[in-house]
Amino acid sequence: MMNDPALQCPIASSVNDHRITLAHGEGGRAMRELVRGSILGWLGCEERFLDDSVELLSHSAASAATPLRWTTDSYVISPLFFPGGDIGRLAVLGTVNDLAVGGAKGMELSLALILEEGLPLSTLQRVVESLAQAARETGVRIVTGDTKVVPRGAADQLFITTSGIGISLPWTIPGPCGIAVGDVLLVSGPIGQHGVAVMAARDDLGFVPPPTSDCASLWPAVAALHEAGITPRAMRDATRGGVAAVLHEWSAACGGTMRIGEQSLPIRDEVAGVCELLGLDPLHVANEGTMVIAVPPADAQRALLALRRTTVAREATIIGAVTARAGGPVVLEPSIGRLRVVDEPTGAPLPRIC
Amino acid sequence: MKYLDEFRDPELARRLLREIRERTTKRWTLMEVCGGQTHSLLRHGIDAELCEVVELIHGPGCPVCVTPVELIDQAQRLAMEPQVLVTTFADMLRVPGSQRSLQETRALGGNIRAVYGPLDAVRLAREDRLREVVFFAVGFETTAPATALALRHAIDEGLRNFSILAAHVRVLPVMEMLARDTRCRVEAFLAAGHVCTITGMEAYHQFATDHHLPVAVTGFEPLDLLVGIQACIDQLEQGMARAVNCYPRSVESAGNPHAQRMVESVYEIADMEWRGMGLVRQGGYRLRESLREYDAEHRFGALAVTDRLPIVGSSIAPSPPAVCLSGDVLAGRIKPSACPSFARQCRPEHPVGAPMVSSEGACAAYFRYAVAEEPWEGG
Repeated sequence: MMNDPALQCPIASSVNDHRITLAHGEGGRAMRELVRGSILGWLGCEERFLDDSVELLSHSAASAATPLRWTTDSYVISPLFFPGGDIGRLAVLGTVNDLAVGGAKGMELSLALILEEGLPLSTLQRVVESLAQAARETGVRIVTGDTKVVPRGAADQLFITTSGIGISLPWTIPGPCGIAVGDVLLVSGPIGQHGVAVMAARDDLGFVPPPTSDCASLWPAVAALHEAGITPRAMRDATRGGVAAVLHEWSAACGGTMRIGEQSLPIRDEVAGVCELLGLDPLHVANEGTMVIAVPPADAQRALLALRRTTVAREATIIGAVTARAGGPVVLEPSIGRLRVVDEPTGAPLPRIC
Repeated sequence: MKYLDEFRDPELARRLLREIRERTTKRWTLMEVCGGQTHSLLRHGIDAELCEVVELIHGPGCPVCVTPVELIDQAQRLAMEPQVLVTTFADMLRVPGSQRSLQETRALGGNIRAVYGPLDAVRLAREDRLREVVFFAVGFETTAPATALALRHAIDEGLRNFSILAAHVRVLPVMEMLARDTRCRVEAFLAAGHVCTITGMEAYHQFATDHHLPVAVTGFEPLDLLVGIQACIDQLEQGMARAVNCYPRSVESAGNPHAQRMVESVYEIADMEWRGMGLVRQGGYRLRESLREYDAEHRFGALAVTDRLPIVGSSIAPSPPAVCLSGDVLAGRIKPSACPSFARQCRPEHPVGAPMVSSEGACAAYFRYAVAEEPWEGG
């Protein structure tokens, strides 16, 4: 059959290198290769790296004591509404969190909406009201915006892009390159909740009660660390690709091994259950209100206490430490058996068959 | 977590590991038939813990991995047809066909959707009766009853726009094939508990007697597997060969008669080409003749494969060419790491062979749960 050209699909012989697949947007290795290997090259970025947020270098010298940070993020999610959040809430909190893990308090946001022809106005109202509520809760103002409508089928209901400007706290966070051997790794709360909640809602999996997203502002946790006089080596909200993606990126940046203990990973029963059922690894599942933090060993206990005093990080936990490179970039000490490598997520986590 | 932690108790696991080591007088070779068992053994490091007394060889029990290339190609051709929606399990999406995967076909405009179960596919057919919904039915005896049930629902509702592209495979015939293979070194089998939950134990008793090979039917948690390994070792040390049920919380001797009847009402046993393994006598199911109108291959006859691509040796590599020894891997003749492409050209993000794709696949398990090789020097 394949020898008969009339019956072949009229398509190129190899698309892997030529077409975007959904795997390119899932925060794992495929996405990293697309961004670093292609997009940044076409942009002419010499560093081949664009951070999630940056300090605004051109900001006037008069305010150098409180430098500004800038970030941008797009939100495409199906379904628009899920237990624990919605696309509007996410569009504020995700951008606020990108600033927060860069050490800055979100102040002002831009809001760009792309609407699909036929979207019910009531849906738009629900999303925007939720967005406004999240902005009030986090103390950010929506100060500029844009709205476009595209023909039916050219977008999936509603896409949002927000850019945010925040004021940095008076500290210098070294970032992943500054992570050193001996540093302690923490997470600010239970992992994998957002990804599992969205998956369950998208495919109507019928779990009772439905798993809930962790969608929340991380700013109070970051501020608590600062108030406690702790300067983390690095912080990162563990969104697409989950905690594993963050740890892999940090390992690549600092050259050390991220060693974590299976028994110290905070995982809610409902997340563990869904992941077991679908064959997913909670370390690879997305979060929207949980970050990974690296701190010098002397600060670890104080950091833990400071985090736990906040609502968003009341279940903060030490999950491991950074060692000299040994065994792999990220390794896991299981409850049974020998040390094993934690793989970098490659694309969307795919539920298994049985 | 309840019903899970009990079967992952580190203290009990250590005790079982110690007992297995103590009872063993030589190094025995066991095959875990199912990919789920392989993943659990590697995830919990049981293979490494027991490597001095037991060699664990993974078996062909990954339905996604053994689905024939030509059926994957066929699903892709159907997905490019106007008005046709192809539905299947998510881990089927990245499996390479002869040219590309379903996921890549979707990027080219193919109409493909991942579902969690065949009833979801029936729902999609119900929602839009002008659309032809094809369920690409992959899986062992475990999933065949669900497909059969879905088809029954579609028939009862009069949904004429629902059809099945059947790729269901049966485990015991391939175990028979391996047991008869003179190159096969397996001395005992860890059989797949979920398959036996449907089929029951009877045929396995016969298998153990016929081939004088011990069989332990196991679950998928570390303690389930350790108890199964122990049951095999005990028999091997005493020269016995019986089929033992080490998963009684799920498997009953007679299996699930209701599910069996459901399967029989829809499917008949047929010879089946297994990817990488070749033709397996009675190795699969096809829809009964009376239900041909629900058979996608029949319904879309113009697209039916008449000149199927031959499987050359055990190589199933699509372009660009890379060596793939997945046939040898699936038959347990080599470990995935012995394949020259393993972790080089063939990685989870660029799988050359199907076993690197699925969460049940042996190559994916060996890649994902690689034991950290160098000793840890931290404090």
